[in-house]
Amino acid sequence: MNERKSAKSGSKMQLYDAIPKHAALNRQIQDRIGQQLRAMYNDVVSQGIPDRFSELLKKLDEQVEDTDQAPQDEEKR
Amino acid sequence: MANTRASKDSERSVRDGILATLPSLRAFAISLSGNVDRADDLVQETLLRALANIDSFEPGTNLPAWLFTILRNLFRSEYRKRRREVEDNDGRFAETLKTHPEQNSRIEFEEFQQALAKLPADQREALILVGASGFSYEETAEICGCAVGTVKSRVNRARVKLAELLSIEGIDDFGPDQASRAVVAGSGR
Repeated sequence: MNERKSAKSGSKMQLYDAIPKHAALNRQIQDRIGQQLRAMYNDVVSQGIPDRFSELLKKLDEQVEDTDQAPQDEEKR
Repeated sequence: MANTRASKDSERSVRDGILATLPSLRAFAISLSGNVDRADDLVQETLLRALANIDSFEPGTNLPAWLFTILRNLFRSEYRKRRREVEDNDGRFAETLKTHPEQNSRIEFEEFQQALAKLPADQREALILVGASGFSYEETAEICGCAVGTVKSRVNRARVKLAELLSIEGIDDFGPDQASRAVVAGSGR
């Protein structure tokens, strides 16, 4: 898997793979990395959409309304 | 631009889908660039491109993947132009975030974000798409325009590299296992 890396950091990568004791810590770190990544990401998701996008979308919606007078009700659930 | 009634309805439903995807798209942009203003520019550009090309989206196919692909390609072409410039992580990202029970401290978060920024772009995007956005390896391969095996290998290398960076900076955060700690410390030489 690491053939391409071996020239640069092969010794480091091999050490990671070769020492089983590392696996337990590695799992802990991996869990932590996963948590941090999702926490960061979900925080931004929960911020919703900044005002600049709402305003832009409102403008775009008005353009759509101008070209589309037919009622849209039957598709709504 | 199509103007028949049916295509208007489907265009509307695609637009609704785009809106629903925006918060996640923005989280992807911020995680990729580490810069809130740049990320919001990227999201806006993606939004405008998606709306301009809304006819080219096939209803029933993966809308989030389509949008993430547009944003990812915009980011990568911008990244190629900027790659020799100094990192412009402006620190505002950390400021905008609330405190989480999962995060021991702001410092820990900032360390994480800095480590993430040190990853090669192809590894960073693969890790975020699989590990945070919730895309499958197959969808991520589609978004990044590469093979599934390449995605898996990039995600693995991203995890190893992050573990390495974070271990060096804050091994105490990750548990009391002295033997493993020595191994990691040794691997840093």
